[in-house]
Amino acid sequence: MPKDSGIGASPKRREDIRFLTGVGNYTDDINRPGQAYMHVLRSDMAHARIKNIDTAAAMAMPGVIHIFTGDDFEAIGGIPCGWQVTDRFGEVMKEPKHPVLAHGKVRHVGDPICAIVAETLAEARDAAEAIELDLEELPAVINMADALESGSATVHDELGDNLCYDWGFVEENKEAVDEAIKNAAHVTTVELINNRLVPNPMEARVAIGEYDRAGDMSTLYTTSQNPHVIRLLMGAFVLGIPEHKLRVVAPDVGGGFGSKIYHYAEEALCTFAAKTLKRPVKWVSTRTEAFMSDAHARDHVTKIELALDADNNFTAVRTNTLANMGAYLSTFAPSIPTWLHGTLMAGNYKTPLVYVNVRAVFTNTVPVDAYRGAGRPEATYQLERVIDKAARELGVDPFELRRQNFVTEFPYQTPVAVEYDSGDFHRLVDKLEKSADFGGFAARRAESEKKGLLRGLGVNCFIEACGIAPSNLVGQLGARAGLYESATVRVNATGGIVVMTGSHSHGQGHETVFPQVISEMIGIDESMVEIVHGDTANTPMGMGTYGSRSIAVGGPAMVRATEKIINKAKKIAAHLMEASEADIELKDGAFSVAGTDKSVAWGDVTLAAYVPHNYPLEDIEPGLEETAFYDPANFTYPAGAYACEVEVDPDTGKVTIAKFTTADDFGNVVNPMIVEGQVHGGLTQGIGQALMENAAYDENGQLLSASYMDYAMPRAADVPNFTVDHTNGTPCTHNPLGVKGCGEAGAIGSTPTVVNAVLDAMYSGGHKVDHIDMPVSPSRVWAAMQKG
Amino acid sequence: MTKVTMTVNGKEMSGDVEGRTLLSGFLRDDLGLTGTHIGCDTSQCGACVVHVNGVAVKSCAMFASEADGAEISTIEGQANADGSLNVIQQAFQDHHGLQCGFCTPGMVMSAAALLKENPKPTEQEVRDYLEGNICRCTGYHNIVKSIMAASGQDVGAIAAE
Repeated sequence: MPKDSGIGASPKRREDIRFLTGVGNYTDDINRPGQAYMHVLRSDMAHARIKNIDTAAAMAMPGVIHIFTGDDFEAIGGIPCGWQVTDRFGEVMKEPKHPVLAHGKVRHVGDPICAIVAETLAEARDAAEAIELDLEELPAVINMADALESGSATVHDELGDNLCYDWGFVEENKEAVDEAIKNAAHVTTVELINNRLVPNPMEARVAIGEYDRAGDMSTLYTTSQNPHVIRLLMGAFVLGIPEHKLRVVAPDVGGGFGSKIYHYAEEALCTFAAKTLKRPVKWVSTRTEAFMSDAHARDHVTKIELALDADNNFTAVRTNTLANMGAYLSTFAPSIPTWLHGTLMAGNYKTPLVYVNVRAVFTNTVPVDAYRGAGRPEATYQLERVIDKAARELGVDPFELRRQNFVTEFPYQTPVAVEYDSGDFHRLVDKLEKSADFGGFAARRAESEKKGLLRGLGVNCFIEACGIAPSNLVGQLGARAGLYESATVRVNATGGIVVMTGSHSHGQGHETVFPQVISEMIGIDESMVEIVHGDTANTPMGMGTYGSRSIAVGGPAMVRATEKIINKAKKIAAHLMEASEADIELKDGAFSVAGTDKSVAWGDVTLAAYVPHNYPLEDIEPGLEETAFYDPANFTYPAGAYACEVEVDPDTGKVTIAKFTTADDFGNVVNPMIVEGQVHGGLTQGIGQALMENAAYDENGQLLSASYMDYAMPRAADVPNFTVDHTNGTPCTHNPLGVKGCGEAGAIGSTPTVVNAVLDAMYSGGHKVDHIDMPVSPSRVWAAMQKG
Repeated sequence: MTKVTMTVNGKEMSGDVEGRTLLSGFLRDDLGLTGTHIGCDTSQCGACVVHVNGVAVKSCAMFASEADGAEISTIEGQANADGSLNVIQQAFQDHHGLQCGFCTPGMVMSAAALLKENPKPTEQEVRDYLEGNICRCTGYHNIVKSIMAASGQDVGAIAAE
């Protein structure tokens, strides 16, 4: 029987009421008294020297209050990077300055040059037209391989070249890997492109700066996944405002997918402008600005080699990747192709030797950073493509080849630093073979062929490192921040509870899910628990939500704080019942003395804590409020096995997803309904990458796909109903909830599944196509079939 | 500036607008009805769908002055008279048809228009009808399920879990 409350239940989401009735409170819904509007004038050239900016005519335009340029920010900090990678040779990465407004040069289309503040948005936009820019266009650095050629133009002249770092992992294994590949019975190689994406949450970014002269207090309302991170980065590194003089509010946020982790220039601009002009200043991104200024994603060019022995055991994996950083280092950019990618190159397999080389490259493009999955999709895609190709070359079943090489004993120390704590990959495949009805595939293929369509079956197994992250470990790897999470649990006198969490919900449903955990622990109704998040003024310092970390890191913080509450409440209950604390049991919202019929209700204990007339004041303080910071001992390792069936039209190359089935291991699951929704959304983003999404630049650095007319977003008719399963997971062994996190799995596991299915379909039609790059658009599929 | 008057969710509302003011901007900025969302600049995303004289319209694709005298219905006017969720809204909550909530107003308004013209749509008809509404969170699975359920059809059969 499904539960109706607590852990494992699927209560309806309480946040839905406001979203369904139009009374959500997104940042653009906020307007402050006396607010002015900011418009950002952006570069329409990819690379140019700024010779002069003449704002005189624009300043004289109606309604214009002020125009900021790069000169205004020269003396203060640039946008900081939160991660420092050390390269193969022990040198730290090259880290160029990232000015708030372009200074000296513009380095990508969309690079902000001027910020115009006016009484109305229309006046600010009109004034931007009157700014005279004198830009001397320079050769654009777009293609990564070209960028590394000697003599290439340089994005940052002071760096000398366009290489950010040359990273090797595990460098000590390099020779052994080379040797294993040389001596292998079989080596399969794939060279592929992991296409550049734009995350595209439906709510574009918005920022409102406000300054209170009376208290010398700055407030920033912003579309962020992590307001505390923005407060720290912007306050300490950009504007020099200490945390106690800066409040950051991220109210309802309309999706993030990673793109709202980072500190963006517009946040600093609005905060700075508000303080300078003594007025609230609001900026709202248009969608086209979002395409030109939100951090992009993926954009790897990779060669992967898989070595096998004569018995088809994997003996080594070697990869070489060029990773595009774009024009500047976004907040977490350097970590994505390295520590979130290299550490996953063992996948689900006991490959003993792995070597990953990544060269990160500056180009005149929008900065690239984490997007749903972040590094792990790139790792999974190449590994699962090369395994499928190896199976084809060796004439073995692709799932059998995987099964043969699965890690089966846990904990498992991979050769790429991480240690998997739990998992059961065979069970996932067993489940999938049934739920995806592999036995019926031949009949379905025959049916498709009757319609003149080629049907393919693609499979994939994956593992991810989530619950980001153990602070001491990531500190060694270059993180400049801790990655714990926090929660304050405040019990009110009459028993209701407010949880103030450092996690942030922008669609994940924390307001519904977190109370389920508290309800389970105390035995009170979920409606007695309220979740507060998204405001640095009333939440403890926390690192926010990304990397499938809310329930896996934020959840345990809440559990730890609640355990402290329960321990204290037991002391109070023992006092009230004149019993020994050791004998007190908490069940169904009441404290009882073991072996007796003595009992005291939750509400009586909480009241006693605040009205301490009969209270052990000599032993404990009044009140019932506790805070916990939880730093995970390890990453969590969700894993999955996915199957996709596609139909390919041989006449047009059009690919239709006919069937998509998943088997996921998320450990324990708090709310199955929400977990399934997360998987559906991730799958669709991954299918989008595989089939249609692509951020395209021309050779001059013009972004060709800067609106929904040019960048293909998956629509409802592009995806099927999904059959998803997450039952009987293997619990995480090192957090108190046994949870692993579910936010990214769908996006990580789906892309290779789709592409493997498309290749299988083409093979079934006699087209010996070994490789195709994403997006597998009709034109690419059709062209591939003409050749192969 | 031109004065416009329209009936919005049953109440007469008026305001002075510039010629270039879009209906979406008028609803949000002048009337404070911020449930209508703006997710793009090219009339692709559908977060701003409202009903104008009973027809689903992307309110970013219409000038406020064009709506002078019209009957406008927005997400704020969808709940039942007692404040409870209407059938479509309730189906979205029951079937987890929303996550971040940003596309949701447009989805609900489009769904209402669909069910008005086609009370028992097939799954494919629902998917095709939503061509003009982009959701980045749900993968559409539960939106389709919600709309099918709102039409009174058994969704257990169409959407295996």
